[in-house]
Amino acid sequence: MTALLHVDNISKRFGGFVALDGIEIEVAPGERLGLIGPNGSGKSTLVNCICGTLQNETGTVRFEGQALDGLAAHQRTRRGLARSFQLPRPFHSVTLADNLRIPLLYTVRAREGMLHAHSDLEARCHELLDTVGLLPKAGRMPRDLTQVEMRKLELARAMAAEPKLLIADESMAGLSHSEIDDILALLVRLNERGVTIILIEHIMSAVMSFSQRLAVLVSGRKIADGPPKDVVRDPEVVRAYLGQ
Amino acid sequence: MDISWDLLLNAIVAGLLLGGFYAAVTAGISISFGMLDIVNIAHPAFVILGSYIAYYVNINLGIDPILVSIIVLPAFYALGALVYQVYYMSFERRGQESLRGLAFFFGLLFVTEVSLILVFGVDYRYVEAAYIGPSLHLAGLELPLRMLVPCLVALATFGALELFVTRTFLGRAIMAVSQDQLALQLMAADPIRIKRIAFGISIALASIAGALLIIIQPVEPSVGRDYIGRVFAICVLGGLGSLPGALIAAFLLGVVESLTSTFYGPSWAPAVSFGFLLLTLAFRPAGLMGR
Amino acid sequence: MNTATFSIITAAVGLAVMALFHWLSVDYAYFAGYTILQFIVLATAWNILGGYCGYVNFGTAAFFAIGAYSSVFWYKFHPLPIPLLIVLGAVVSGIVGLGTGYLTLRLRGAFFSIATLAMAVVFQTLVVNWDFVGGSRGAYIIHPENFELAGLKVHYIEYLFALMLLLAVIALATARTIERSRLGYGFATIRDDELAAEACGVPTLRLKLIATTLSGAFMGMAGAPFPYYIGYLQPQSAFALDYAVNSIAMPMIGGTTTWVGPLVGSILLGSAQQYATVTISSAVNLLIVGLMLVAFVIIAPNGLIGLVKESLRARRRS
Repeated sequence: MTALLHVDNISKRFGGFVALDGIEIEVAPGERLGLIGPNGSGKSTLVNCICGTLQNETGTVRFEGQALDGLAAHQRTRRGLARSFQLPRPFHSVTLADNLRIPLLYTVRAREGMLHAHSDLEARCHELLDTVGLLPKAGRMPRDLTQVEMRKLELARAMAAEPKLLIADESMAGLSHSEIDDILALLVRLNERGVTIILIEHIMSAVMSFSQRLAVLVSGRKIADGPPKDVVRDPEVVRAYLGQ
Repeated sequence: MDISWDLLLNAIVAGLLLGGFYAAVTAGISISFGMLDIVNIAHPAFVILGSYIAYYVNINLGIDPILVSIIVLPAFYALGALVYQVYYMSFERRGQESLRGLAFFFGLLFVTEVSLILVFGVDYRYVEAAYIGPSLHLAGLELPLRMLVPCLVALATFGALELFVTRTFLGRAIMAVSQDQLALQLMAADPIRIKRIAFGISIALASIAGALLIIIQPVEPSVGRDYIGRVFAICVLGGLGSLPGALIAAFLLGVVESLTSTFYGPSWAPAVSFGFLLLTLAFRPAGLMGR
Repeated sequence: MNTATFSIITAAVGLAVMALFHWLSVDYAYFAGYTILQFIVLATAWNILGGYCGYVNFGTAAFFAIGAYSSVFWYKFHPLPIPLLIVLGAVVSGIVGLGTGYLTLRLRGAFFSIATLAMAVVFQTLVVNWDFVGGSRGAYIIHPENFELAGLKVHYIEYLFALMLLLAVIALATARTIERSRLGYGFATIRDDELAAEACGVPTLRLKLIATTLSGAFMGMAGAPFPYYIGYLQPQSAFALDYAVNSIAMPMIGGTTTWVGPLVGSILLGSAQQYATVTISSAVNLLIVGLMLVAFVIIAPNGLIGLVKESLRARRRS
């Protein structure tokens, strides 16, 4: 089966600093990939290059077999790539419900080319907020949220774009055990509906229970890629990340 | 076209002298915009303020304008620190520096210009000093002292600034704060204090630039507006945060402006710098030596 | 209330004011009123790019002057009816807005703002050197004492007032429609967080270009009748600094997030300035505008409308 996402030898430098060095990853349709690594290893840079927020210097990102070179971030989102930001970036001057309305208006509607009734959009926003437990605060502004709630909003906004591939970048930081379980269940349900998911996390229990495959990034290089049980026993992985 | 080589050579030399002066005016912006990322479009207003202070003391007390500017350096530094503090408390801290910060500096620019109009009127003002008037004649070239002296002072100032930034701890901290605030904090240096000092220095530099300006040309309050485009053009063309780049860009701009002025007329000169700016932004935004 | 209803109500209010002026038979009211309506258009136009999208344009005077000089150009070439001049002014200014945007909007907002400053000077230099439109000596526009409007003979200042009133209605209705539309949401995301906006599928560059073009076009529209209003056009008056500061101060003092802000700001500030210019001096008047801008930007960043909303919200919670 052809890969949904093929990261083909991606490199990225910032001045003299090499953030990504020849990264090669494939993600199959419907797969649940976990991505782990120490802080500063390049995970978020990789996400930025995949999604078009940053431009990679070498290599190509292919989505559904087509190269994404030169496509702006919004075009990649419209093709079905969505991501949440590691540090939440909500739209401060609109309500929570309206934060979700944006991807609905600009991604989903652009794809379908149809005009949804105002009430349909409203209902869909509320539905999404409900899945992350933020429905009671639908009319509030992002500045009224806690850090944890902002991460949930961030995830909900990525989901609102109805992606084929969702990249969840550290959405669970600071959550309690039950909250983590809720988000995991949510992601699994999403996956069962056919959404491919890349989970970037430091919480090993979540990563282990969720991932079908695990990749490890250290200092801009991929040092492991395989079944989670094997990867966590890899001595290099233990030395570089898990042993810490 | 039969170009008079004499005219061409003199135009180029005049341009180089002018460019040296432009570098002095830009030095402040190199710090505030190039290193601190603060779009201080009011910088030329502080320069003009410096010009008027130099004028006032020179006319009433007969002190050399450059000396005046050095005497008032502490006052300008304090003013810069104060402005930065207000800017930081009102905008940088809240993350609203783009829209509101720009409007704030524009307001300052405007208020300064209008205040000067109210106090001094719109007549051109000029200073008197021994080196305004005579020229040096060297190898067939004419070097007016009123351009040469400011150019030399400007280069000295610029050189001192470059040494400060590369050799002293404070100077390097200022360069660091532009690149990595977190690292600076980990080094137990307060980024806000560093930025305040840096901004204060940038405004102090405006004081010197102001004295040099009024030596080179007569000044009236709206002259500042011509310099907004020039300083940002030089800063961008040279590459943000690069002092040597700004110097090269300043000379380049000075020469092109001088040639345009000589062969096409002085009324086209303002358009040159702005044209430079637009072209640079469109084709090579990182500038000649940008990081 | 949909756009059509809003436009009709606004136009009706304006016509009522016009009828009042006509009955009072005070010419000065028309002149002052024209200036205020002009500011409503300029402030609303500025706000579409500045308030909604967060990109500050310092070159209002340039776009305004493009409209004015476009009219001078046609007057020297072959006089045209003023409504057509307005359309032409809008087209030229709109294209310039698009061009400036295309060159600079892919970079940071600060570069766009600096470029607009630069543009204002470049255009002034071009105009000063262009003898066909009068250069630095200026150009005289001789207007007929009366215009034909729907079969009636109307005094020229009433005619210009009516035109500017129409432009103000169009500008306000456009701003209001944008605010409530998908485009308005897009603009707000650009203002709040452009990176996140792109990640949500918002085509930020395209929207920014739309905003710059619209904004520029409206400013050109406001400038097109100006030579007829003033009779003698010099670059100093067309490119006057008070256009730049007022078109920024009025929305920022009134409030930048809605169409009401620029309207409130223009009326309050515009009237105050008319009064101050007559009683004190025009320089002091500009100083006050500048100080108010700085004060409001520091103390009340969301303007008067923002203050009203805050107090309503506080009252609702208590």
